Amino acid sequence: MSLDVEKIRKDFPILKIKIDGKPLIYLDSAATSQKPKKVINAISKYYKTYNANIHRGVYQIAEKATFEYEKSKKKVASFINADSIEEIVYTRNTTESINLVARTWAEQNIGKGDRILITEMEHHSNIVPWIDLVKRKGAILDYIKLNQNHDELDGNSVKEQMEKRPKLVAITHASNVLGTIVDVKSMAKTAHENGARILIDGAQSVPHMPVDVREIDADFYAFSGHKMLGPTGIGVLYAKKELLDYMPPMFGGGDMIKTVERFSYTPNDLPWKFEAGTANIEGGIALGVAVDYLKKIGMKNVRDHEKRLTNYALEKLSSVKHVKVYGLPVNRLDERGGVVAFSIDDIHPHDVASIFDTEGVAIRAGHHCAMPLVVEVLKQPALSRMSFYIYNNEEDVDKAIAAIEKVKNTFKINKTEVLA
Amino acid sequence: MSMELYAEEIVAHYEHPHNKGVIANASASHHGYNPLCGDDITIYLEIEDGKVADAKFDGVGCAISIGTASMLTDHLKGKTLAEINKMGIPTITDLLGIDPGPVRLKCATLSLKAAQSALKGYRK
Repeated sequence: MSLDVEKIRKDFPILKIKIDGKPLIYLDSAATSQKPKKVINAISKYYKTYNANIHRGVYQIAEKATFEYEKSKKKVASFINADSIEEIVYTRNTTESINLVARTWAEQNIGKGDRILITEMEHHSNIVPWIDLVKRKGAILDYIKLNQNHDELDGNSVKEQMEKRPKLVAITHASNVLGTIVDVKSMAKTAHENGARILIDGAQSVPHMPVDVREIDADFYAFSGHKMLGPTGIGVLYAKKELLDYMPPMFGGGDMIKTVERFSYTPNDLPWKFEAGTANIEGGIALGVAVDYLKKIGMKNVRDHEKRLTNYALEKLSSVKHVKVYGLPVNRLDERGGVVAFSIDDIHPHDVASIFDTEGVAIRAGHHCAMPLVVEVLKQPALSRMSFYIYNNEEDVDKAIAAIEKVKNTFKINKTEVLA
Repeated sequence: MSMELYAEEIVAHYEHPHNKGVIANASASHHGYNPLCGDDITIYLEIEDGKVADAKFDGVGCAISIGTASMLTDHLKGKTLAEINKMGIPTITDLLGIDPGPVRLKCATLSLKAAQSALKGYRK
């Protein structure tokens, strides 16, 4: 079954807006996804009909709020095939999920001279917490290098770094710049064989492909709600129960305790031990609705749709002169997500994105919060990037290609060619 | 965003910038960086009798930052230090002929901010 994009598009109110009279072409879902009516309505329904704090009130709307919030955890747990909701900690986003591990598990388990292994294609959210940690602990941060084509991890570097026996491997499941999908199952196996725990940054994978944390054998798996049709301010940390049990809470306060005495307290059961204070209740509930929406479409269908669009975009771009595309080639789509980073000669990506905007086409331009990859490895000050989701179609790609021509005309690139 | 931002004039300044280069032993200079675009511009000012005798810039960046740096260095020549210190966003929108909007304003004002910072370090 392929997915019915035209039907899906009708579920997204924002796709009806106009940018300077032109329809919005949204090609920046890797930054944040748009939201379907059902998700938007779930938020207002909570506030209009059962707004109450959870885990406290005994009245009916408080019970309903608690029920719906906890139900969302069941949906998320089943979506990624976690064992139970005890393993699903809500955070603000992927960044907070990774920081939670850095500030709790790593705080206890990483010591002087221990190694943390990450890769050259990580997002800042999976770099900065580890830079801070190794400084605090006198530990060592190592990087798995990219290959010579700069489109995937270098196999020799993986082997060499894993053999240094890191305590933790923290790695992206799919690069937000290159689109490269990492074989995290094999990484987890290698990490475990070398005595390491593995944390996977799933910000660009959970929204776009089937993910099974138990099949991968991930120890920690982090992702964000807002990139998978949910609202901002809600994210997820999955962790194996055996790890969460021994991790100290990150924040202290209400809801994360069972009992409090003047000089001591007993922490709450999982996962509530890690959720101090009033939660993002509407965010959790709406994330559950987003999960329902994605499940109904089917994650395999989502993945197939994005593969088709990426294929279409790569084929089209291959015949556009003065455009360089980054990431794995078109014959390796199985290992590539719906992200296409590109540059147009030496035109600055911000000029590219500004000119795209005059056509209503929203793309991302910049270092994509991955400066070590973009600046140090790819040696670019910035890149332009289009990224796809369930509501994008071939026409969106065509509009982007037309916008590239407009950029080239503005900077007279085509004219230069005629003269040459 | 209007295409007017990429009018012929700014694109021409970007492609053939005026005053591009370094003034050795300049009276004042300052290095400016805009993390949004990674624009990296150094402004050099030669000051004689309280006025800018020469202005140059060097660096890399987007069309808006390089284009405005080119226009601004033209504009600074002959101005007094007090006049330069009084310059602000309106100076830039006048040069561009359009308000670049809140985000791209950072690119457009980078060279002016660098010039004003350079003057702060200038003591004579």
